[in-house]
Amino acid sequence: MPALAATALVLVTTALVLVFFVAPNDANQGFSQRIFYFHVSIAFTAYACFIGGAWKAFLHLWKRDPRSDLESYVCVHQGLIFGTLVLLTGSIWAKISWGHWWLWSEDQLVLFLVLFLFYCAYFMLRFSVDPGPQRANLSAVYALFGVVLIPISFAAIRLAKGLIHPVVFTRHGPNFGGWILVTYCIAQAAMLVLAYTLYRLELSGKRLDGRLRDLREVLA
Amino acid sequence: MTTAEKYVTAAYCVVFAVVLAYVLIMALKLQRLEREVDELAERVPDEDTEEAPREAARVG
Repeated sequence: MPALAATALVLVTTALVLVFFVAPNDANQGFSQRIFYFHVSIAFTAYACFIGGAWKAFLHLWKRDPRSDLESYVCVHQGLIFGTLVLLTGSIWAKISWGHWWLWSEDQLVLFLVLFLFYCAYFMLRFSVDPGPQRANLSAVYALFGVVLIPISFAAIRLAKGLIHPVVFTRHGPNFGGWILVTYCIAQAAMLVLAYTLYRLELSGKRLDGRLRDLREVLA
Repeated sequence: MTTAEKYVTAAYCVVFAVVLAYVLIMALKLQRLEREVDELAERVPDEDTEEAPREAARVG
């Protein structure tokens, strides 16, 4: 865990140095384009967390492994934290670039919000049922359904008519190169390692909490 | 500082603040768990006082 946390710290620091001191200004958006490096990296990390949550949910339903339920829950929780960051950084970027904090006419934004709210409801469902196999099964099915929204959210930008939101990844690869690409790749790696570190931290805390609860019941 | 620079700084500060808040919450939770472990350890009977003194056994 300390090695993982140190790697995350080094990668995030390197990414920040590259973002502010090395990467060139964008020809169209100028300095404000620098939000892109963390905003897009965080968005892909949120998707990765939700996919991870769905995978663990699938494992729970398939193998009935009790650990998978908790892992799926922590993955979704991480996805929601990174999803919050996507919405916040996206709103700030939208304010500079488009002059609005939010545009309801943009499918990409609205679909990401739908995805975010869908996973918010995951917690409402989970905590409305008593702990046990029923709660684990319901949560797993819900997390599996949620993953369907990810490709829709990702494809929305390509299907949208407005195209205010920029397309950076096309069929022919990324729409940028040089230091911009290097900085983006480092930022993406930093966010993935940071998310994995936080996932491991939260998971170990939750497992310890569960064991303590069991011990308290035994001792009572 | 230009307006764009202010907004970009704000965006990165938001990311930093959210991650920091999360880590602080986790740290507080781990502190609570440590306290609970200590409480449980106090409730568990001490091995030295509970166990009967063992007699020395000859080996071999």
